Order: sequence, then structure tokens, then C-alpha cells
Amino acid sequence: MNDTLAQEDLLGLWRTMVRIRAFEECVQAEARAGRVPGHVHLSLGQEAVAAGVSFHLERDDVITTTHRGHGHAIAKGVDATAMMAEILGRANGCCGGKGGSMHIADAEHGLLSANGIVGANAPLAVGAALSARQLGERRIAVAWIGDGASNQGAVFESLNLAAAFALPCLFVIEDNGYGEYTPRASVTGTDDLAARIRGFGLPASHIDGSDIFAVEAAARTAIARIREGEGPAAIVAEVVRFSGHFEGDTQTYRPSEEVAAARRERDPLSRFRRRVLEAGWLDAATLDAIAAAARNEMAAAAMAAHEAPSPPAETLLRDVSGEV
Amino acid sequence: MPEMTMAEAIAAALDTEMAHDPHVILLGEDVRAGAMGVTDGLVARHGPDRVIDMPISEAAFIGAAVGAAATGLRPVVELMFADFIGVCFDAVLNQMAKLRYMTGGQVRLPLVLRTTIGAGDRAAAQHSQSLHHLFTSIPGLKCVVPATPADAHGLLLAAIRDPDPVIVCEHKMLYPSRGAVPEAPEPIPLDEARTVRPGRDLTIVAYAAMVHQAEAAVVRLAAEGIEAEIIDPRATAPLDATAILASVKRTGRLIVVDEGAARCGMAADIVALVSTRAFDALKAPPVMITPPHTPVPFAPALEDAWLPGADAIIATAPRLCAGGKEGGAC
Ligand SMILES: Cc1ncc(C[n+]2csc(CCOP(=O)(O)OP(=O)(O)O)c2C)c(N)n1
Ligand SMILES: [Mg+2]
Repeated sequence: MNDTLAQEDLLGLWRTMVRIRAFEECVQAEARAGRVPGHVHLSLGQEAVAAGVSFHLERDDVITTTHRGHGHAIAKGVDATAMMAEILGRANGCCGGKGGSMHIADAEHGLLSANGIVGANAPLAVGAALSARQLGERRIAVAWIGDGASNQGAVFESLNLAAAFALPCLFVIEDNGYGEYTPRASVTGTDDLAARIRGFGLPASHIDGSDIFAVEAAARTAIARIREGEGPAAIVAEVVRFSGHFEGDTQTYRPSEEVAAARRERDPLSRFRRRVLEAGWLDAATLDAIAAAARNEMAAAAMAAHEAPSPPAETLLRDVSGEV
Repeated sequence: MPEMTMAEAIAAALDTEMAHDPHVILLGEDVRAGAMGVTDGLVARHGPDRVIDMPISEAAFIGAAVGAAATGLRPVVELMFADFIGVCFDAVLNQMAKLRYMTGGQVRLPLVLRTTIGAGDRAAAQHSQSLHHLFTSIPGLKCVVPATPADAHGLLLAAIRDPDPVIVCEHKMLYPSRGAVPEAPEPIPLDEARTVRPGRDLTIVAYAAMVHQAEAAVVRLAAEGIEAEIIDPRATAPLDATAILASVKRTGRLIVVDEGAARCGMAADIVALVSTRAFDALKAPPVMITPPHTPVPFAPALEDAWLPGADAIIATAPRLCAGGKEGGAC
């Protein structure tokens, strides 16, 4: 095997990536068939960051994520069937159909919530880190952040707060080069997001997020430091968003060759596959079987969601506040 | 008069004002591409120096719009969804609304904040709120809530020319709705209600999408012999209290239909206005039709149940007309 990863680890990383890919492709098909209410934001092309970081997370670590959070949720262990039902607005969804794609949550698996307000999840993660320390719990918190979100005041303030109090918090910036249709470079004063974060007083690595080995290594270092009680850390991972900002986005603002080239050269799944086959760490049949199982799992999740009922009317008034 | 959608009418008003006043600039996220379906095309006509894409930093760019308005520009700033106001609320609550007053009138802020409101798009709790009442509760802000393309056009023209900050709440579900819009730019005064339909039996006050629900309801009520008058105040601040009171004094009955908050919202505000200033005219207790006091749910079945609509008006009006202190039919 490679130096640090056992065969079982490699299989786990692959399984997580192909499950995310299969889930997102399934959601895409559902959306194209008109079965997804509202908009969905897919993480196709960004699977390695979710899988590589989450490989080092425990079940009780708490994450807060964004509108593009399906991959983070799956990698954290959230049940794909409950997620699919939620995205389709069904009663058996993980939030009972109240939240939808942008608000997936699963307390049992440490997903505090996905968020529709860009940047707003960062302070929540800092709070989860504060509670961990205050309560003497070993868990850490992770804030998933986009390059666009990294320009939000709430994110800057969170970086400072976490650094000032040495809180057990990891900030992962997935830099896909765009916030909606706007190129990052046109609205950001620096190209070096990691250096900007270091200015707040925490270590930040800058990696190719389509290389899961780079992600896994960066996450290992960062999370080890955080678990040692040495304070927060950040990872800036460059990735390519294979799909539109939302499913259905015509992407006229983007050269089509950009995505085509990325699919050829920076597909995290193909890169992993090539690497492990060339090195002889895993064999093609095993990889294919895992990918096929992932596709079957997600197809079954979609079928189950089709058959599930809508939430009953009485849930409308439930869980606002007051008595349970 | 040409027919256009509400989105096109808003774009036309922006285009007119940018052509006629070089101090007007447009700021917002993805305003060049027109992510909200309104502002695309303006950059081609007015250039990237005046149609400026912003980073996702609402606290900074809405605060900056206040500063720029105070120092010679006439910014029109777009906040994609009213729900995002939380991120930049200080710029609105403590800066935009108070600078003129606190400086003893030294500072004027000719500034427009355009934003979208409204549920129905399956966009869940953080992209569906109608928050016009929130702006209304802050002295120093004006707030308009258009229901038709013509009103969106005329009110935006007036808002941009206004010397004070105006918040324009555009209902996203109305963007594709079509209607005639005057060819010549005709600003609509911010303090004038529109009588959508006259009627003698009952006054229905409604804003934005609820105006259309009220229109659907009155057709069916008319078949039952109830002639309802619909008043669209068009602005929440300033509020055309005169028009509302005059109507209720004629009809003696009031329903307010509003997609905003069930508590401390425009429905409560207008019922308070009428109860305190036209109490003697009332033949029955006023009725508020609003969503329940909950966040907006995602699942279509729940969102549909959450939204008030024509059915609620139709169910309420006959009771209102039959009951009341004088009893009998309308
Ligand atoms: C406070 C706030 N502002 C704007 C938006 C609209 N919006 C949704 S996603 C998005 C782009 C986010 O970009 P980035 O953080 O890079 O994440 P990505 O979509 O690339 O994953 C924007 C502007 C929002 N949801 N919340
Ligand atoms: Mg991005």
C-alpha cells in the first residue's frame, strides 16, 4: 500500500467519492425530470475534498455546510435515502421535508445544518468548537466554506474568533473559482486565500482539491493539530465545479472548454483510479464493483423517495418554538 | 402602452434612470449577468463602471452604498433575497435609516435597495420571506411593494429620484407576470394607494402577490353578491392611510391580506390604523389573512398550505358580511 493508507482506507476513500458522485448524478436526473422542488446545487467535481477531509472525522465531530453540501453530508455518514427524500420534499426526509437540499441536517451524524445564507455556517461551527471545549468533549468542528463565502464578514470574524481562543475548528475553503457566475479573481483582493487566512493567526494549507491524496494528507495534519488542542487550522482546496451553480444553470459565463478540460484532467475519481491502478494498490474489478454498488444504492434511494408521501399538514405548525 | 413582464418593467426603469442621470450606479451580486433575471443587458448599455458585480460581502457593499449616496452618487443596490438582510442589517437599520436624522439633516441619502420577497418558489425558509414589515418598522426608511409591472416601473422611477433611502420589495413570483407599462417614464408617487377594483360591501387591502389573490377572490365573491373593493397601498412607508380609511368608511368591513408576518406585520398595522381611526364605521371586526407564524416550509404540500390565497378570502368574506354588529347581508 501507500505509506500511510491501508488498502481498507483506500477502498473507503473510493467508496465515499463514488457514493457522492452517484448521489449527485441521481439528484441531477431527478431535477431534470422535474421532481426536485426549487433549486439544487451539485458538488460534482468536488468529491475528493468531502471524502478526504471526512476520512479523518469521527461521528460526533460537528460540521456545518453550505448550499452545496450534499457531498459533505454523505461523507459524514448521513443516510442517502433520508437525504434524497428530503431533497424531494418527502415526509421521511431527514428534516421531515421542512428544509430541502439547502438545509440538510442530521444531528446524529454531526451535521448541524447546511445553510442558505452564504458564510453564515462559519460562526455556527465556531460555536460548536466552543461548546466542545467548554463541555470537555473531544470532538472538533468543521466549517465548509466556498471561495465566494470566504469574502463574507462572518467568515473573517469566525477565523479571528477561532484563532483568538484557539478553538478546535477546521475551516475548509473549497475554491472552485466561482461564486455563482462571478469569477473569484474579479471580486477578491488576493489570489492567495491561504495567505489571507494565515493573517488571522492560524495555519492554512493550499492544495489541489481534485487530488484526494493531497486532501487526505492536509486534513491529517490539520486535524491532528486541532485534536491536540493547538487551535484552529484551515485548508484551501482548489477544485473545479463540473456542473452549473445550480442544476439548470446554462453557464454562458463560462468557457465550455473549462469544464471539458477539467473532466479530462481534474476529475478526482479518474485521478484516484489511475493512481491506484498504476501503483497496483487496488484492482479495477474491485473499484468497478464499489462504483456499481453506489449507483444501485442511490437509484434505490430515489425510488424510495418517489414512493414516499408528502409531509402531513399538521407538521406545518410543529417545531417553531415552545412545547415539543 | 407596451406589455411587459414585471422583470422587464424594472429593467426598463433602471435603464431610463441610468441613461438620464450619470450618478445612478448599480451594485450587487451577479448584476451584470442578471442572476435574478432583471439586470442582464444593463452592463451592455451602461458599461462595467456603472453596473458592478460585488463580492459576497453584503455588509460591505450595502454599507458602501450608504457612504456613496452620502457623497454624491445615487446608488441602486441589489440584495438578491430579502432573507439576506440579516447579513447587512446594520447598514440598513443604523446607517441608511438614521444618518439624515442624526446629522440634523446634513446628510441626504438618495439610495435604492432593491430586493426580492415572497414564497411559492420551493426555496425554503431562508429564500422565501416577505420582510416589508421589518423595513416599515424602522423610521427613516421608505418601502414599496409593487404588484404589477406598471407599478414596479413607476414606483422604481420615483424611488430612484427620491432624496431618501427607499427599499423596493419585488415579489419574485410576480417577475414573469405581464401587464401594460406606460411608454413615457411616469414616476408614481410613493404615498398613493391604487384602487384595484371598486366595491361597496367590503374593503380588501393587499400587497404584492396577494393583490392578485384578492382579484381572483372578488370575481367569485361577486357571483355570490358581495362587491368587494381592493386597495393596494403599493407602499408600506409612507402609507396612504387616507385611501384605506376612506374605503373602510364606505364599506364598513375590512380584510387585510398580506404575505408578511402574522405578528407585527402590515396586516396588524393596517387593522390597528382602521380600528383606531375608523372604529365607528366598522360593521364587523376586521380580519387579518396572513401565513401562520412559522418559517416558510420547503415541501410543496406544506408551502402551499402556508401561503394565504383566494380561498381564504372567499371563506372569510361571506361570514364577515353576514355577521357584524348590524347583521344581515352586505
Ligand atoms: C448572504 C448570501 N448572499 C448571497 C447568496 C446567494 N448565493 C448563493 S450561493 C452563492 C455563491 C456562493 O459561492 P461560493 O461560496 O464560492 O460557493 P459555491 O457556490 O461556489 O460552492 C451566492 C452568491 C446567499 N445565499 N446568501
Ligand atoms: Mg465557489
